[in-house]
Amino acid sequence: MTSPKTMTIAKAINESLRTSLETDPKVLVMGEDVGKLGGVFRVTDGLQKDFGEERVIDTPLAESGIVGTAIGLALRGYRPVVEIQFDGFVFPAYDQIVTQLAKMHARALGKVKLPVVIRIPYGGGIGAVEHHSESPEALFAHVPGLKVVSPATPSDAYWMMRQATECDDPVIFFEPKRRYWDKGEVDTAAVPAPLHRARIAREGTDLTLAAYGPMVKTCLEAAAAAEEEGHSLEVLDLRSMSPIDFDTLQASVEKTRRLVVVHEAPVFLGTGAEVAARITERCFYHLEAPVLRVGGFHAPYPPARLEEDYLPNLDRVLDAVDRALAF
Amino acid sequence: MAHLSPPSPAAAGPAKRSARPAKTPPEATGPGHTPPPGWHPRIDPAPLLPEPEPYRLLGTPAARDVDPALLRRLYEELVRGRRYNRQATALTQQGRLAVYPSSTGQEACQVAAALALRPQDWLFPSYRDTLAVVARGVDPVQALTLLRGDWHTGYDPRARHVAPLCTPLATQLPHAVGLAHAARLAGDDTVALALVGDGGTSEGDFHEALNFAAVWHAPVVFLIQNNGFAISVPLEKQTAAPSLAHKAVGYGMPGRLVDGNDAPAVHQVLSEAIERARTGGGPTLVEAVTYRIDAHTNADDATRYRDAVQVDQWRAHDPIDLLERELRDRDLIDDAELKAVAESAEALAARLREEMNADPVLDPMELFDHVYAEQTAQLREQAAQLRAELDAEEDR
Ligand SMILES: Cc1ncc(C[n+]2csc(CCOP(=O)(O)OP(=O)(O)O)c2C)c(N)n1
Ligand SMILES: [Mg+2]
Repeated sequence: MTSPKTMTIAKAINESLRTSLETDPKVLVMGEDVGKLGGVFRVTDGLQKDFGEERVIDTPLAESGIVGTAIGLALRGYRPVVEIQFDGFVFPAYDQIVTQLAKMHARALGKVKLPVVIRIPYGGGIGAVEHHSESPEALFAHVPGLKVVSPATPSDAYWMMRQATECDDPVIFFEPKRRYWDKGEVDTAAVPAPLHRARIAREGTDLTLAAYGPMVKTCLEAAAAAEEEGHSLEVLDLRSMSPIDFDTLQASVEKTRRLVVVHEAPVFLGTGAEVAARITERCFYHLEAPVLRVGGFHAPYPPARLEEDYLPNLDRVLDAVDRALAF
Repeated sequence: MAHLSPPSPAAAGPAKRSARPAKTPPEATGPGHTPPPGWHPRIDPAPLLPEPEPYRLLGTPAARDVDPALLRRLYEELVRGRRYNRQATALTQQGRLAVYPSSTGQEACQVAAALALRPQDWLFPSYRDTLAVVARGVDPVQALTLLRGDWHTGYDPRARHVAPLCTPLATQLPHAVGLAHAARLAGDDTVALALVGDGGTSEGDFHEALNFAAVWHAPVVFLIQNNGFAISVPLEKQTAAPSLAHKAVGYGMPGRLVDGNDAPAVHQVLSEAIERARTGGGPTLVEAVTYRIDAHTNADDATRYRDAVQVDQWRAHDPIDLLERELRDRDLIDDAELKAVAESAEALAARLREEMNADPVLDPMELFDHVYAEQTAQLREQAAQLRAELDAEEDR
């Protein structure tokens, strides 16, 4: 038995990929700069050295080609885990993902499986130039056939990546890049919760804050701040944007009677819209306030100097909390 | 194809590298044993083939045909460009720039690209091409706006006919083709010059752009700066082609191969291609063989993927040294002129330091100003939300 280790989210994903490469010869890692360099965030550091260039592949620079060839590899039983270098560069691959990856299983009436994982470092807060801070998860969650997840802790990063790699469906794996260096415990001998199960990150009684990825930490900070003002907030880490674990969410909201959904992506037609609509349906008679949403504005992601104004922060979350509590 | 000045390998017969034996048409043995109906060779590929080795001028007798004033102009811009790169990189270390992709080692391509264009032409740069943008006349401080974490472009693309620095690789290339085609539709003589890296040639947009350009016979020139790497990935993992310039042939346009560190050679090859485009000759693909002396950006650690020996080899083939040697050997520049060039470069660096030391003041409300031609009600609502947040912050 190995004892739990403290590591960063980036390292946890690295360890997870390493374990998958060790345990399943069909697992491949591919993408731009993932081999010799170990990825621009070093998430795949050392993997090519240990597993060779045939299993950890520095591909030509072409996202459509990366995902397209991953589909072909999957048709022959491989399990490619591909990296898209930054959120803003997934779009050349969008055609392959939407018209092929998402649909082929259904088109073939289940006869073929496409166990492809697409890793995408996403979100803002790192002071980058344009196209390096996007949150496009809703564009993928909207597509039937894709599973869309995002971990918020090192433990989830490790386990969710393991589960995504073992999953027979395509999984879009959004990695909260500004939290890559956050540390936490990872128990590689634990029994993990199912991939698409939401997690209560903090228990509370007055209001539920639902978030995923980079915003979970922000919500936990908001809950700590609210506690000082005498409000007990529950923080629910959705972990999966498709499918969404509405049962866990419903149970939480039936208890707290108020819900605020938080993400970095624009509020307009974001994950929060689906959550708000569904929870309103399911919990109509329990709700004391309308479900409120907190997120980015419906404007292009701004330059680094303005991202503090764009991104949801503690104040914007607490503002929504106050409004919901005052209802 | 008189413009393809150095003899292309076509003139010397088919390239030797071909692994297949030369094919002679088989004799027909019966009815139907003929080429498919209507088939005929569409064009002769031979004149499209690039030079067998990168075209050079410096150190060759042909250099004497180049206007000395152009050599001196190129030299001054190279020196200023290198100083600019060094200063910008230093500014990243002081937190004044978010990131800087240096073009040190590639200055000859940058400068030649800018100087080969006429005012009516358009330049389509990538993120690494700040020097070309500055050499074309965009203000050197404004040109750093994007990399400073300030607004995404910072200059008016129409003022100097310079498209925004482009980060998503190769996406600028079809734009250049469209703009060039518009010139044909409008009947003017504008040419578009688009820059892309070796890595960018793997993207679908590169191929689509070349195909459109050739099919439309658009007045556009593509310049690939082959600096050996796409971040950590060397050229051999990017392409199996004999050279990137060869890719032109498959689309039906000429490919040209040039020493990217030989500024007058790059200038000449680009000028010929641009002239050809301007006079209705269609597109050209130019591959300039060069090297990225610095890391990918200040955030990159190049020692992880390449060794110092290679870098040193390229330092010995430095674009500034090559041109300076020519100028000195032929007494085309004197010490006073060299000093003046150095001073001009220092003055540029000093201006960068000074102006970049002030924090730009951005109005957050501008976030909502240019999303659409006219602001929507929805955005006005969001702007009001941010206004309220900012006011609350001030009260706190
Ligand atoms: C579509 C897209 N994918 C990935 C990236 C990330 N990226 C930025 S630069 C770069 C390497 C580009 O290499 P190359 O085209 O040779 O240009 P160079 O940086 O050498 O000038 C990569 C992968 C990007 N900017 N756009
Ligand atoms: Mg390159």
